[in-house]
Amino acid sequence: MTNHWVDIKNADLILIMGGNAAEAHPCGFKWVTEAKAHRKARLIVVDPRFTRSAAVADVYAPLRAGTDIAFLGGVINYLLSNDRIHHEYVKNYTDFSFLVREDFSFDDGLFSGYNPEKRSYAKTSWGYQLGPDGYVVTDPTLANPRCVYQLLKTHYGRYTPEVVASICGTSKEDFLKICALIAETAAADKTMTIMYALGWTQHSQGSQMIRTGAMVQLLLGNIGVAGGGMNALRGHSNIQGLTDLGLLSNLLPGYLTLPGDGEQDYTAYLDARASKPLRPGQLSYWQNYGKFFVSVMKSWYGDAATAENNWCYDWLPKLDKGYDILQVFEDMHRGQVNGYVCQGFNPLASAPCKIKVAGAMAKLKYLVIIDPLATETSEFWQNHGEYNDVDPAKIQTEVFRLPSTCFAEEDGSLVNSGRWLQWHWKAAEPPGEAKGDQAIMAGIFLKIREMYKKEGGAFADPILNLSWKYKRPEEPSPEELAREFSGTALKDLADPKDAAKVLLKAGQQLNGFAELRDDGSTACGCWIFAGCWSEKGNLMARRDNSDPYGIGQTLNWAFSWPANRRILYNRASCDPAGTPYDPARKLIAWNKAAGTWSGSDIPDYSAITPPESGMGPFIMNPEGVARFFAVDKMAEGPFPEHYEPFESPLAANPLHPNNAKARSNPAARVFKDDWDSFGTADQFPYVCTTYRLTEHFHFWTKHAPLDAILQPEQFVEIGEELAREKGIRPGDSVRVKSKRGFIVAVAVVTKRIRTLDIAGRKVHTVGVPIHWGFMGVAKNGYITNTLTPFVGDANTQTPEFKSFLVAIEKV
Amino acid sequence: MHINRRQFFKVCTATVGSSSLATLGFSPDEVRAEVREFKLTRTTETRNTCPYCSVGCGLLIHSLGDSSKNAVADIVHIEGDPDHPVNRGTLCPKGAGLLDFVHSPNRLKYPEYRAPGSKHWQRITWNEAFSRIATLMKADRDAHFIAKNDKGQTVNRWLSTGFLAASASSNETGHLTQKIARSLGMLAFDNQARV
Repeated sequence: MTNHWVDIKNADLILIMGGNAAEAHPCGFKWVTEAKAHRKARLIVVDPRFTRSAAVADVYAPLRAGTDIAFLGGVINYLLSNDRIHHEYVKNYTDFSFLVREDFSFDDGLFSGYNPEKRSYAKTSWGYQLGPDGYVVTDPTLANPRCVYQLLKTHYGRYTPEVVASICGTSKEDFLKICALIAETAAADKTMTIMYALGWTQHSQGSQMIRTGAMVQLLLGNIGVAGGGMNALRGHSNIQGLTDLGLLSNLLPGYLTLPGDGEQDYTAYLDARASKPLRPGQLSYWQNYGKFFVSVMKSWYGDAATAENNWCYDWLPKLDKGYDILQVFEDMHRGQVNGYVCQGFNPLASAPCKIKVAGAMAKLKYLVIIDPLATETSEFWQNHGEYNDVDPAKIQTEVFRLPSTCFAEEDGSLVNSGRWLQWHWKAAEPPGEAKGDQAIMAGIFLKIREMYKKEGGAFADPILNLSWKYKRPEEPSPEELAREFSGTALKDLADPKDAAKVLLKAGQQLNGFAELRDDGSTACGCWIFAGCWSEKGNLMARRDNSDPYGIGQTLNWAFSWPANRRILYNRASCDPAGTPYDPARKLIAWNKAAGTWSGSDIPDYSAITPPESGMGPFIMNPEGVARFFAVDKMAEGPFPEHYEPFESPLAANPLHPNNAKARSNPAARVFKDDWDSFGTADQFPYVCTTYRLTEHFHFWTKHAPLDAILQPEQFVEIGEELAREKGIRPGDSVRVKSKRGFIVAVAVVTKRIRTLDIAGRKVHTVGVPIHWGFMGVAKNGYITNTLTPFVGDANTQTPEFKSFLVAIEKV
Repeated sequence: MHINRRQFFKVCTATVGSSSLATLGFSPDEVRAEVREFKLTRTTETRNTCPYCSVGCGLLIHSLGDSSKNAVADIVHIEGDPDHPVNRGTLCPKGAGLLDFVHSPNRLKYPEYRAPGSKHWQRITWNEAFSRIATLMKADRDAHFIAKNDKGQTVNRWLSTGFLAASASSNETGHLTQKIARSLGMLAFDNQARV
């Protein structure tokens, strides 16, 4: 979230799209209710299903799963063509006036530089025009046809209300009603917040759906303000924290990135990431990349990381391609992976296309499961009848199942959606011999290290030198680990302005990332968490819930990254002169007398830089402003374009009916053998979408009797019209099948799923909740991901769980 | 007067017991013995956060046992933390059922091993588990570690074993896991955020 849960109460308008907070995040949704009750805010819900969020909405509109870019592109067109945008904001805080290279083009669904064989783009033309001073050339009059504003207007000019209605199946009337409500928030003192979740991420063009939402918010001046923002409702309790800590194949902590094979030179690696300003006077905060990087390496390798060995740069594994979960299961399926460790993750149920994932696992030599619960993955080799019909004798994988603690049995911190690091305390011992994850990781690692010490082996340096100064090496404590990622001075740190003054002594905890150095004198495991455990103590454990400004900014509750800032980009809540656009919801303002920015939040800006400096609010971008034109950052183009899901009821993309290459995302990676696993509308005519229920959490709560009583049995949801066509009555047992397999479940026939009119024909939707499996205390059921396709978003490789094709029949 | 939550319950119980019944002519001392004490007043209260979605609701975990040396804590009740600025004491149906997750009959209690081709689990010790896993991992790493690629570039990666990190483990576990995985040269390394 750019903002946080409580801040939703400050919104005038709430758009829930690509999510269903009332059911999936019920206690966060109460802040929507609060805004409606006390601020007279209105709620819009756009979703293929009439959810419980929709049930309390002022306006609900259905759309076909996977067509969100078409809908939001239509909103952009409405705002631009009716001139309902926040002019001062877009002119000063975005790239509206920036000129784009002459060789950039968009032709019938494809941007310049496309290579159909590689399914990827050469992105050189996706850039700005640079002047002789190295800065971007701009046209403040916005008249130049190559400026971002003009290109944007042309690009989305095609997304008329008629086109939106035809692609999405949303009525023109509903669509225009929603546009009019959204447009009201272009006023400087009105805000809209957007709340989204996996309904946007789990598509082959999910990242661009989110970008389109962000572009709508920028046009309206709704980013960086109280009651605004782009708010990702993360799915798991610490999925935000694990992402922040860089536990993804291509990342290092704090959104630093691993080098590629070609980056053999350390200085060049840093230069490529420490972006120089692209406009005069910009902060371009990534210029400090080297300080963050060196501090991570000091945290991992201690004294072994030196200036002479480039802080162990060569020890880092280098990437020749992505190794996301889909790539790894593809490699495993080809027999190229021997071992796999699942730490609290149940991929047999969570990953797409069960038949492929199960087949891949059966080729492993060894599989290690670390979990509090007996998961499906841990028993992928066991015969569970129709739900897991395998022959154990034929599966030669050695499997280890290690019991770990659950939340109630450990100390530690989690990061919620609002970026709050909250500490929790242990209440009891775990059952039996279960151990904490830290003890289990240490147990395995120390054995490996012992063997390398004794026997030697392949490149042992990083293993032997990994910093391990924990008081109990076999079980590093949460306190020690938290202090390590928060950061420590390794030497006395002199004040850069006065060498005689010592800011921090060696061994003291850092106050924040501004103190990090690239000379090896600081260690910090994750720069964005820096200061969460300072000399003041564990700030994540703070419990002062006072809200002095009355707008929900509880600065002394826990710790919010970065630097305890609660609302990102908050400089944009003020006009260029530094005065809040809405004094009633003031976050920060320029205090001329004191020469600082201050207010109800920590400034997300250089705190002493005056407004007249012209420094932009988007300090992480070298431009200093937000980008409508994404330059080379996205895989499929600088402007989001609607493409059909890989399995779609339409034979062509209605925007590009004669260009087969632009039917679905042209830059999405599809493995060779998987093309044949996609079904077509003649055999599988219905759009299918998967989702959570409010009574269950993924595949965990079916192990808890109370939840299993609330929702005991697997079901699917269909509309009344489809039920009539197929002769299905409520309670009938039905088989839902995709090209990849089938499930059998009870049919719920409901008015909540409507039949849509798409390009002149009827399209039905089938809804499938995800929560069942063959382990647990609920009734056994089929794994929903038996049905889903093995293809992901072109940028993140997040699987397309939200829109694919199925057939349905009565059993 | 400043009183905390637990004291508040004690005061309420005592006041109701003594004042209202005393007016009916009963001896307060005898009557107080009859009044059932609020069940949670004798439990130990621990602050925690819900492990499910990312709203991060505050929890109060109530357990029996007073933290003394031989007292084994037993969690008997979990409810929303009224001081928490986001959930303000509420929990959803999932959070309200957390006690059943903690005490689920499917909680794993011992390290277990399934041999190739076997239909059964067998119980093993932690030391056996760590030793066997470390041996398998080291053998695989030594056999397949790639120090240099075809072009002679230094790449120091190990691709033949992968790792999926949790979605609900703490930052402290995440930090430690990241350190270990990268020191081994792992790239096939993701967490649940990917899906």
